[in-house]
Amino acid sequence: MANDPRPNEWPLWEVFIRAKHGLSHRHAGSVHAPDGDIALRHARDTYTRRMEGVSIWVIRSSDIVASDPGAAGPTFEPAESKVYRHPTFYIVPDHIKHI
Amino acid sequence: MYTTEMSKNPQLNKGAAAESPELVAAFEARVANDEFIEPKDWMPEAYRKTLVRQISQHAHSEIVGMLPEGNWITRAPSLRRKAVLLAKVQDEGGHGLYLYSAAETLGTSRDEMFEALHSGKAKYSTIFNYPTLTWADIGAIGWLVDGAAIMNQVPLQRTSFGPYARAMVRVCKEESFHQRQGFEIMMNLSAGTVDQKAMAQDALNRWWWPSIMMFGPPDDNSPNTAQSVRWRIKRETNDELRQKFVDVTVPQAESIGLTVPDADLKWNEARGHYDYGAIDWEEFWAVVKGEGPVAKERVKARTDAWEKGAWVREAALAHAAKQASRRQKDAAHG
Repeated sequence: MANDPRPNEWPLWEVFIRAKHGLSHRHAGSVHAPDGDIALRHARDTYTRRMEGVSIWVIRSSDIVASDPGAAGPTFEPAESKVYRHPTFYIVPDHIKHI
Repeated sequence: MYTTEMSKNPQLNKGAAAESPELVAAFEARVANDEFIEPKDWMPEAYRKTLVRQISQHAHSEIVGMLPEGNWITRAPSLRRKAVLLAKVQDEGGHGLYLYSAAETLGTSRDEMFEALHSGKAKYSTIFNYPTLTWADIGAIGWLVDGAAIMNQVPLQRTSFGPYARAMVRVCKEESFHQRQGFEIMMNLSAGTVDQKAMAQDALNRWWWPSIMMFGPPDDNSPNTAQSVRWRIKRETNDELRQKFVDVTVPQAESIGLTVPDADLKWNEARGHYDYGAIDWEEFWAVVKGEGPVAKERVKARTDAWEKGAWVREAALAHAAKQASRRQKDAAHG
């Protein structure tokens, strides 16, 4: 990578594992690898030594775009102030069923 | 690790100048409230430095710890024991990786941490500077050394730095097999011939004191403990953990007919704990300084492996670069 601060080091990859079919992939940790194929192998050896998964995704850490924890307040504030997005906001008499 | 590319962290470029009292107070309040601190959150530089030191030492201990046990893989007494030992040593490599990844989120690369280990600047657990002379040593290491490590690591699952805590959860899940396989080796040897039992006792004699030294210097001589406890990096002090370890391990030794090599060891009814004899801290500090029986051999084995593997790492990078440029060319022509 041309703009890599440490060009002689294997870059970092994030590892996501599906524990079993029917569940989504979940972040497990990270590995160093020169390319995706080797990242997958290292992820298998590092994070699935005890049947922890049936599928692995790897992605270059530098390709992940993350929200800013310093801005967590304003970023997530609308969710807190809009209580009418939750069913419990609405009053329905007890004798009304199946709603 | 944990979606944290450190080149994108603005705090790392500012340095300590940005440590306003308000930021420090807000940080300390979060820690006091048992919140987890994540890599991109603001943190005092001293907290970051303490964590890098502690986590990287922990990681170094995992991978240097592979060496004394690796020494016995080819000489394990049965195929079952060999398979178990291989799996354990592989686990230790994995534990090193989890920990290096956690430390990397603080802005220090793994290669930088390796350099510190190889140059002797960074420390690892003193226990690995003792030699593994007999097969019983593999039993003693699993039972005592991994047992002490578990005692240390269980409270660290609630340490205040999120990536460290998560790494500890994984490590603790995997570690209990290590301790049990070690105890099983000791138990079988103790139930064996007179010579086998003597071998087990000899291993206990040599590993007992180094194991209880693993918890570090006593609280009144451990300058970093108070701050680390306040920041919830450490959840229990060295002496508290050491006492717990002694209390659970002594009955285990007795149950398989082995004697803990401490003439002053006795149950203290009033305290509800075992009293144990004085620890030779001069030996501890000598081993910390690299004067352990096999300290030089350990660092040399590590450095050799790293240097002899350099061409593989370089070739893999060159291959990846070539593949990437070929894909780019194909895309341009396509």
